[in-house]
Amino acid sequence: MSSTEHIVSHLHRDDIASRMGMWLFLFTELLLFGGMFILYSVYRYNNPDAFHLAAKELDTIIGTFNTAILLTSSLTMALSIAAIQRNNKSLSIFFQLMTVVLALGFMINKYFEWGVKFHYGIYPGSEKLLSKPTGEILFYGLYYVMTGLHGLHVLIGIGLILLMTYYTAKDIITYDNYMKLESAGLYWHLVDIIWIFLFPLFYLIT
Amino acid sequence: MMNENQHIEHKTHGYGIYVLVWIALMVLTGVTVAVAGINFGGITVATALLIASVKTYLVLTIFMHLRTETLVFKIFIGVALFFLIISFILLFTDYSFIVRN
Repeated sequence: MSSTEHIVSHLHRDDIASRMGMWLFLFTELLLFGGMFILYSVYRYNNPDAFHLAAKELDTIIGTFNTAILLTSSLTMALSIAAIQRNNKSLSIFFQLMTVVLALGFMINKYFEWGVKFHYGIYPGSEKLLSKPTGEILFYGLYYVMTGLHGLHVLIGIGLILLMTYYTAKDIITYDNYMKLESAGLYWHLVDIIWIFLFPLFYLIT
Repeated sequence: MMNENQHIEHKTHGYGIYVLVWIALMVLTGVTVAVAGINFGGITVATALLIASVKTYLVLTIFMHLRTETLVFKIFIGVALFFLIISFILLFTDYSFIVRN
Protein backbone atom coordinates (compact mmCIF):
# COMPACT_ATOMS: atom_id res chain seq x y z
CA MET A 1 0.00 0.00 0.00
CA SER A 2 2.73 2.39 0.97
CA SER A 3 4.65 1.50 -2.19
CA THR A 4 1.58 2.43 -4.30
CA GLU A 5 1.37 5.80 -2.56
CA HIS A 6 5.03 6.26 -3.20
CA ILE A 7 4.58 5.72 -6.95
CA VAL A 8 1.53 7.97 -7.12
CA SER A 9 3.25 10.82 -5.32
CA HIS A 10 6.13 10.66 -7.80
CA LEU A 11 3.88 10.47 -10.85
CA HIS A 12 4.34 13.89 -12.34
CA ARG A 13 3.81 15.42 -15.73
CA ASP A 14 5.45 18.34 -17.42
CA ASP A 15 3.10 20.05 -19.85
CA ILE A 16 5.64 22.64 -20.96
CA ALA A 17 8.20 19.94 -21.80
CA SER A 18 5.52 17.99 -23.72
CA ARG A 19 4.74 20.99 -25.87
CA MET A 20 8.40 21.84 -26.33
CA GLY A 21 9.10 18.27 -27.47
CA MET A 22 6.29 18.59 -30.00
CA TRP A 23 7.70 21.88 -31.28
CA LEU A 24 11.13 20.25 -31.68
CA PHE A 25 9.53 17.57 -33.83
CA LEU A 26 7.76 20.26 -35.86
CA PHE A 27 11.14 21.94 -36.52
CA THR A 28 12.38 18.71 -38.14
CA GLU A 29 9.24 18.74 -40.29
CA LEU A 30 10.02 22.32 -41.23
CA LEU A 31 13.49 21.25 -42.41
CA LEU A 32 12.02 18.32 -44.38
CA PHE A 33 9.64 20.59 -46.31
CA GLY A 34 12.09 23.52 -46.26
CA GLY A 35 14.61 21.54 -48.30
CA MET A 36 11.95 20.88 -50.89
CA PHE A 37 10.96 24.54 -51.01
CA ILE A 38 14.60 25.40 -51.76
CA LEU A 39 14.60 22.80 -54.55
CA TYR A 40 11.39 24.31 -55.87
CA SER A 41 12.71 27.88 -55.87
CA VAL A 42 15.94 26.91 -57.67
CA TYR A 43 14.11 24.95 -60.39
CA ARG A 44 11.52 27.68 -60.80
CA TYR A 45 14.27 30.29 -61.04
CA ASN A 46 15.80 28.26 -63.89
CA ASN A 47 12.54 27.42 -65.69
CA PRO A 48 10.10 30.30 -65.10
CA ASP A 49 8.18 29.84 -68.38
CA ALA A 50 7.85 26.06 -68.14
CA PHE A 51 6.60 26.36 -64.53
CA HIS A 52 4.07 28.95 -65.67
CA LEU A 53 2.81 26.72 -68.48
CA ALA A 54 2.67 23.57 -66.34
CA ALA A 55 0.90 25.35 -63.45
CA LYS A 56 -1.87 26.44 -65.83
CA GLU A 57 -2.86 22.76 -66.07
CA LEU A 58 -3.62 22.62 -62.34
CA ASP A 59 -7.20 23.24 -61.26
CA THR A 60 -7.22 26.52 -59.28
CA ILE A 61 -10.83 25.97 -58.18
CA ILE A 62 -10.09 22.56 -56.59
CA GLY A 63 -6.94 24.06 -55.04
CA THR A 64 -8.83 27.00 -53.53
CA PHE A 65 -11.60 24.71 -52.31
CA ASN A 66 -9.06 22.42 -50.64
CA THR A 67 -7.37 25.42 -49.02
CA ALA A 68 -10.72 26.47 -47.54
CA ILE A 69 -11.35 22.89 -46.31
CA LEU A 70 -7.97 22.66 -44.61
CA LEU A 71 -8.26 26.11 -42.99
CA THR A 72 -11.70 25.16 -41.66
CA SER A 73 -10.31 21.88 -40.29
CA SER A 74 -7.67 23.90 -38.44
CA LEU A 75 -10.50 25.98 -36.94
CA THR A 76 -12.41 22.90 -35.75
CA MET A 77 -9.19 21.46 -34.28
CA ALA A 78 -8.57 24.68 -32.31
CA LEU A 79 -12.22 24.70 -31.20
CA SER A 80 -11.97 21.09 -29.96
CA ILE A 81 -9.15 22.18 -27.63
CA ALA A 82 -11.14 25.23 -26.48
CA ALA A 83 -14.06 22.87 -25.73
CA ILE A 84 -12.02 20.40 -23.67
CA GLN A 85 -10.51 23.32 -21.73
CA ARG A 86 -14.07 24.21 -20.74
CA ASN A 87 -14.70 20.57 -19.75
CA ASN A 88 -17.16 20.12 -22.63
CA LYS A 89 -16.23 16.59 -23.63
CA SER A 90 -18.97 15.89 -26.19
CA LEU A 91 -18.43 19.22 -27.98
CA SER A 92 -14.70 18.51 -28.13
CA ILE A 93 -15.33 15.06 -29.64
CA PHE A 94 -17.75 16.61 -32.12
CA PHE A 95 -15.14 19.13 -33.30
CA GLN A 96 -12.44 16.43 -33.49
CA LEU A 97 -14.66 14.26 -35.69
CA MET A 98 -15.49 17.29 -37.84
CA THR A 99 -11.76 17.85 -38.32
CA VAL A 100 -11.42 14.23 -39.48
CA VAL A 101 -14.37 14.60 -41.89
CA LEU A 102 -12.86 17.77 -43.38
CA ALA A 103 -9.45 16.09 -43.69
CA LEU A 104 -11.08 13.17 -45.49
CA GLY A 105 -12.81 15.68 -47.79
CA PHE A 106 -9.40 17.17 -48.56
CA MET A 107 -8.02 13.73 -49.46
CA ILE A 108 -11.06 12.87 -51.61
CA ASN A 109 -10.53 16.09 -53.59
CA LYS A 110 -6.86 15.19 -53.95
CA TYR A 111 -7.88 11.74 -55.20
CA PHE A 112 -10.05 13.24 -57.93
CA GLU A 113 -7.46 15.88 -58.77
CA TRP A 114 -4.68 13.34 -59.16
CA GLY A 115 -7.09 10.92 -60.86
CA VAL A 116 -7.78 13.43 -63.66
CA LYS A 117 -4.05 14.02 -64.12
CA PHE A 118 -3.39 10.27 -64.26
CA HIS A 119 -6.25 9.89 -66.74
CA TYR A 120 -4.55 12.37 -69.09
CA GLY A 121 -1.32 10.43 -68.71
CA ILE A 122 0.47 12.97 -66.51
CA TYR A 123 2.10 11.02 -63.71
CA PRO A 124 5.73 10.49 -62.70
CA GLY A 125 7.55 8.49 -65.35
CA SER A 126 4.68 8.50 -67.89
CA GLU A 127 5.57 8.76 -71.60
CA LYS A 128 3.43 11.83 -72.07
CA LEU A 129 5.10 13.66 -69.20
CA LEU A 130 8.61 12.64 -70.27
CA SER A 131 7.97 14.00 -73.77
CA LYS A 132 7.38 17.48 -72.29
CA PRO A 133 10.15 20.07 -71.80
CA THR A 134 12.49 19.54 -68.83
CA GLY A 135 11.01 22.42 -66.83
CA GLU A 136 7.52 20.92 -66.93
CA ILE A 137 8.83 17.48 -65.91
CA LEU A 138 10.52 19.15 -62.94
CA PHE A 139 7.34 21.05 -62.04
CA TYR A 140 5.22 17.90 -62.02
CA GLY A 141 7.94 15.97 -60.18
CA LEU A 142 7.92 18.58 -57.42
CA TYR A 143 4.11 18.81 -57.52
CA TYR A 144 3.66 15.07 -56.95
CA VAL A 145 6.39 14.76 -54.32
CA MET A 146 5.47 17.85 -52.30
CA THR A 147 1.67 17.56 -52.38
CA GLY A 148 2.10 13.78 -51.99
CA LEU A 149 4.22 14.15 -48.87
CA HIS A 150 1.75 16.73 -47.58
CA GLY A 151 -1.12 14.31 -48.32
CA LEU A 152 0.72 11.62 -46.35
CA HIS A 153 0.89 14.05 -43.43
CA VAL A 154 -2.86 14.63 -43.72
CA LEU A 155 -3.47 10.85 -43.61
CA ILE A 156 -1.24 10.49 -40.53
CA GLY A 157 -3.09 13.45 -38.99
CA ILE A 158 -6.44 11.70 -39.54
CA GLY A 159 -5.15 8.63 -37.66
CA LEU A 160 -3.71 10.80 -34.90
CA ILE A 161 -6.91 12.81 -34.37
CA LEU A 162 -9.01 9.61 -34.32
CA LEU A 163 -6.70 8.27 -31.60
CA MET A 164 -7.23 11.53 -29.66
CA THR A 165 -11.00 11.11 -30.05
CA TYR A 166 -10.68 7.64 -28.53
CA TYR A 167 -8.59 9.06 -25.66
CA THR A 168 -11.14 11.82 -25.08
CA ALA A 169 -14.01 9.32 -25.03
CA LYS A 170 -12.05 7.16 -22.55
CA ASP A 171 -11.32 10.21 -20.31
CA ILE A 172 -7.57 9.85 -20.87
CA ILE A 173 -7.75 13.38 -22.30
CA THR A 174 -9.60 15.60 -19.83
CA TYR A 175 -10.06 19.32 -19.17
CA ASP A 176 -7.01 19.42 -16.86
CA ASN A 177 -4.88 16.97 -18.86
CA TYR A 178 -5.20 17.64 -22.57
CA MET A 179 -1.57 17.91 -23.74
CA LYS A 180 -2.00 14.94 -26.11
CA LEU A 181 -4.80 16.78 -27.88
CA GLU A 182 -2.80 20.02 -27.84
CA SER A 183 0.18 18.26 -29.47
CA ALA A 184 -2.02 16.66 -32.13
CA GLY A 185 -3.42 20.16 -32.72
CA LEU A 186 0.06 21.63 -33.14
CA TYR A 187 0.86 18.93 -35.71
CA TRP A 188 -2.38 19.57 -37.57
CA HIS A 189 -1.81 23.33 -37.72
CA LEU A 190 1.70 22.77 -39.12
CA VAL A 191 0.21 20.62 -41.90
CA ASP A 192 -2.11 23.56 -42.55
CA ILE A 193 0.78 26.07 -42.64
CA ILE A 194 2.67 23.93 -45.18
CA TRP A 195 -0.40 23.92 -47.41
CA ILE A 196 -0.69 27.72 -47.03
CA PHE A 197 2.67 27.93 -48.85
CA LEU A 198 2.14 25.02 -51.27
CA PHE A 199 -1.13 26.45 -52.59
CA PRO A 200 0.10 29.76 -54.11
CA LEU A 201 3.42 28.22 -55.22
CA PHE A 202 1.81 25.46 -57.27
CA TYR A 203 -1.67 26.64 -58.21
CA LEU A 204 -1.26 30.37 -58.61
CA ILE A 205 1.80 30.91 -60.81
CA THR A 206 1.12 33.82 -63.14
CA MET B 1 -7.26 24.96 -6.49
CA MET B 2 -8.90 28.30 -7.10
CA ASN B 3 -5.62 29.78 -8.22
CA GLU B 4 -5.04 26.89 -10.59
CA ASN B 5 -8.44 27.42 -12.19
CA GLN B 6 -7.82 31.11 -12.65
CA HIS B 7 -4.49 30.23 -14.17
CA ILE B 8 -6.17 27.93 -16.71
CA GLU B 9 -8.83 30.55 -17.51
CA HIS B 10 -6.17 33.14 -18.09
CA LYS B 11 -4.33 30.91 -20.57
CA THR B 12 -7.24 29.96 -22.84
CA HIS B 13 -8.76 31.71 -25.82
CA GLY B 14 -12.49 32.06 -26.32
CA TYR B 15 -14.29 30.37 -29.22
CA GLY B 16 -14.86 33.79 -30.81
CA ILE B 17 -11.23 34.65 -31.52
CA TYR B 18 -10.74 31.32 -33.36
CA VAL B 19 -13.69 32.07 -35.61
CA LEU B 20 -12.36 35.60 -36.25
CA VAL B 21 -8.94 34.21 -37.23
CA TRP B 22 -10.64 31.66 -39.51
CA ILE B 23 -12.57 34.46 -41.26
CA ALA B 24 -9.32 36.41 -41.69
CA LEU B 25 -7.62 33.32 -43.14
CA MET B 26 -10.46 32.78 -45.62
CA VAL B 27 -10.44 36.44 -46.69
CA LEU B 28 -6.64 36.33 -47.16
CA THR B 29 -7.02 33.17 -49.29
CA GLY B 30 -9.53 35.05 -51.44
CA VAL B 31 -7.10 37.96 -51.75
CA THR B 32 -4.28 35.59 -52.77
CA VAL B 33 -6.41 34.06 -55.54
CA ALA B 34 -7.66 37.48 -56.73
CA VAL B 35 -4.17 39.02 -56.74
CA ALA B 36 -2.75 36.05 -58.68
CA GLY B 37 -4.98 37.06 -61.61
CA ILE B 38 -3.30 40.45 -61.83
CA ASN B 39 0.22 40.46 -63.20
CA PHE B 40 2.48 42.52 -60.96
CA GLY B 41 5.55 41.15 -62.74
CA GLY B 42 8.41 40.35 -60.41
CA ILE B 43 6.56 41.12 -57.19
CA THR B 44 3.71 38.64 -57.86
CA VAL B 45 5.53 35.81 -56.04
CA ALA B 46 6.59 38.21 -53.29
CA THR B 47 2.94 39.25 -52.78
CA ALA B 48 1.80 35.62 -52.56
CA LEU B 49 4.55 34.79 -50.05
CA LEU B 50 3.80 37.90 -48.01
CA ILE B 51 0.11 36.97 -47.69
CA ALA B 52 1.10 33.36 -46.86
CA SER B 53 3.40 34.72 -44.12
CA VAL B 54 0.58 36.81 -42.63
CA LYS B 55 -1.65 33.70 -42.62
CA THR B 56 1.14 31.68 -40.99
CA TYR B 57 1.56 34.37 -38.33
CA LEU B 58 -2.16 34.15 -37.49
CA VAL B 59 -2.07 30.33 -37.28
CA LEU B 60 1.08 30.37 -35.14
CA THR B 61 -0.07 32.99 -32.65
CA ILE B 62 -3.73 32.04 -32.21
CA PHE B 63 -4.37 28.45 -33.39
CA MET B 64 -1.02 27.21 -32.07
CA HIS B 65 -1.39 29.32 -28.90
CA LEU B 66 1.97 31.07 -29.19
CA ARG B 67 0.40 34.31 -27.97
CA THR B 68 -0.26 32.81 -24.55
CA GLU B 69 2.93 30.74 -24.36
CA THR B 70 5.86 31.74 -22.17
CA LEU B 71 8.76 33.77 -23.55
CA VAL B 72 10.92 30.63 -23.83
CA PHE B 73 8.63 29.25 -26.55
CA LYS B 74 8.68 32.50 -28.50
CA ILE B 75 12.48 32.61 -28.46
CA PHE B 76 12.66 28.87 -29.27
CA ILE B 77 10.47 29.24 -32.36
CA GLY B 78 11.97 32.59 -33.33
CA VAL B 79 15.46 31.07 -33.43
CA ALA B 80 14.26 28.08 -35.49
CA LEU B 81 12.51 30.31 -38.04
CA PHE B 82 15.48 32.68 -38.14
CA PHE B 83 17.88 29.90 -39.11
CA LEU B 84 15.43 28.41 -41.61
CA ILE B 85 15.12 31.78 -43.37
CA ILE B 86 18.90 32.35 -43.18
CA SER B 87 19.54 28.98 -44.84
CA PHE B 88 17.00 29.88 -47.56
CA ILE B 89 18.55 33.27 -48.25
CA LEU B 90 22.16 32.05 -48.17
CA LEU B 91 21.48 29.08 -50.41
CA PHE B 92 19.50 31.09 -52.91
CA THR B 93 21.88 34.06 -53.13
CA ASP B 94 24.80 31.65 -53.44
CA TYR B 95 23.04 29.75 -56.20
CA SER B 96 22.01 32.82 -58.19
CA PHE B 97 25.58 34.12 -57.87
CA ILE B 98 26.93 30.90 -59.41
CA VAL B 99 24.36 31.04 -62.21
CA ARG B 100 25.13 34.67 -63.06
CA ASN B 101 28.82 33.92 -63.34
